[in-house]
Amino acid sequence: MNHLAIAPLLLPLLAGILLLLFRHTGIGPRRVFSLAAVLGQVGLALLLTRATSSGDILAYFLGNWLAPFGIVLVADALAAWMLLATALLALFALLYACRGGDTRGRHFHVLFQLQLFGLNGAFLTGDLFNLFVFFEVLLLASYGLILHGGGRARVRAGLHYVVLNLAGSAVFLIAVGTLYGVFGTLNLADLALKVAATPASELGLARVAGLLLFAVFALKAALLPLYLWLPAAYAHTSAAVAALFAIMTKVGVYAIVRVYSLVFGATAGPLARLVEPWLLPLALATLLVGMLGVLAAATLRQQAAYLVVASVGSLLTAFALDSTAGIAAGLYYLPHATFAAAALFLLADVIASRRGDSGDRLAPGPAMPHAPLLGGLFFVTAMQGVGLPPLSGFLGKFLLLRAALEHPAAPWVMAAVLLAGLLGMIALARSGSLLFFRTLPPEDGAEPLAAALVPVVGLLLLGVAMTVFAGPLQAHVASIAEQLSQPYHYVHAVLGGRP
Amino acid sequence: MEALIALSIGVLTACGVYLALRGRTFPVVLGLTFLSYAVNLFLFAMGRLAIGRPPVIRAAAVAELAYADPLPQALVLTAIVIGFAMTAFVIVLALKARAELGNDHVDGVD
Repeated sequence: MNHLAIAPLLLPLLAGILLLLFRHTGIGPRRVFSLAAVLGQVGLALLLTRATSSGDILAYFLGNWLAPFGIVLVADALAAWMLLATALLALFALLYACRGGDTRGRHFHVLFQLQLFGLNGAFLTGDLFNLFVFFEVLLLASYGLILHGGGRARVRAGLHYVVLNLAGSAVFLIAVGTLYGVFGTLNLADLALKVAATPASELGLARVAGLLLFAVFALKAALLPLYLWLPAAYAHTSAAVAALFAIMTKVGVYAIVRVYSLVFGATAGPLARLVEPWLLPLALATLLVGMLGVLAAATLRQQAAYLVVASVGSLLTAFALDSTAGIAAGLYYLPHATFAAAALFLLADVIASRRGDSGDRLAPGPAMPHAPLLGGLFFVTAMQGVGLPPLSGFLGKFLLLRAALEHPAAPWVMAAVLLAGLLGMIALARSGSLLFFRTLPPEDGAEPLAAALVPVVGLLLLGVAMTVFAGPLQAHVASIAEQLSQPYHYVHAVLGGRP
Repeated sequence: MEALIALSIGVLTACGVYLALRGRTFPVVLGLTFLSYAVNLFLFAMGRLAIGRPPVIRAAAVAELAYADPLPQALVLTAIVIGFAMTAFVIVLALKARAELGNDHVDGVD
């Protein structure tokens, strides 16, 4: 058994516990340790990517209990891809927080590591109840992070976020319980086998459980109409946390892709393609509503939050196309969208800290020092956000549209994606001109710029790298999509020779 | 027994949903607690209802197939612990919101 599969869980968990133990040491050593732990996770994710890139699936049986009786961790190419995106994003979010945001409340680094523990666990687990547990871990850490620093608006948005997610957890448990009641297993691979052979008398119950589960994942992913919690929560939390949370909605997207390709996928007999009639219309509507939100937002951070909603719409559109080309396009788009949204959150904070009382409100404010540099970065970030050429956003959108050509709903997809792009472009162009051109006389007293911009530039460079290496990356995501379309391999890796 | 359990779960869920939709934080917290009780009972019942059967399997029990499904009991235990922690957290958060916002309305405005 290869212990590499559990390493991305142990590292942040141990780092979090150690940070808690040594909470009285100075902030400097804690920052270095936390950054080192995240760097280690980037390394582990790269190792896992290499180990799984040839199509191998690593199954890790906890306590050596054979599946489906014990809990199993499964590292396949998709999980490794998600881990890599998470670790890279976390690195830059943490770098930004280390400029001082981490001292505005207690235990930032502990919560940050536990958040990564929950995220990595959700990507690696091969058991539905275990997925629930990791969701709770990452949610509990996110409750702490979202409230980090305090303040009226933050507490109010945080309260809504917590209550909504608690209700979501209750629905998750009901869905999991129903699935167990019908099939007698919660192991994803075993469920895949048993769902395909659902007796006719249980079809109704199984369908209800599957759709309830979809509702929960849609809540986490912020799919229309369950996205209303996101803009307030993300717009009011601190910048580094909002940047990290760009990956949180993608956990919901990942869960949808995993469960509805493996368990309720094409091979699931009478329950095959359970959510397909729902997914595409909802995704397109989410995309458009998200972009309308971008257009209507009153602050730059709100705009970034609505961009996250819109990106979930684009992603799920790609996955709803139900072709390997569509899934590959979605997988290429996923890290890009995450990095672009995170960069915009961080940049919005940098801009807000330089405009005095105007903050990040989209209204004429005092001219900023270093406006050409900030404006240039905003321009690049906005291009990434709406997917204009020549960077990775455009490539992702191009792949998505090309994959949509063969789908019967192609005109709808084309119209929605292109219209959303236009709306986003108008909105961000307007923000840029309001922030940088229609300015009042400058105020002085700005903090040093370079340190704040390193994470932003880093995230943008990731997008550039995704453009430069688009060829190999596209081949890689195509192989992941190929693997997802053949759930047999996953089942075989987990259950071994068992029929 | 099935009817009684089903009725309990239904009533608890109904109360939980009603309270969770109220405007003040205290009823909302109570509602979430009721909801988690209902969910726990529901999970428990998913192992099928059985009386006087051990969840720990012995040879004789296996021969007669007379044992209760132990897995939902383990699941419920986990769910109870998580639910407990979450309730504690949301109570503290509600108190913090009461202090910060000056009232106990979920939207912070009376």
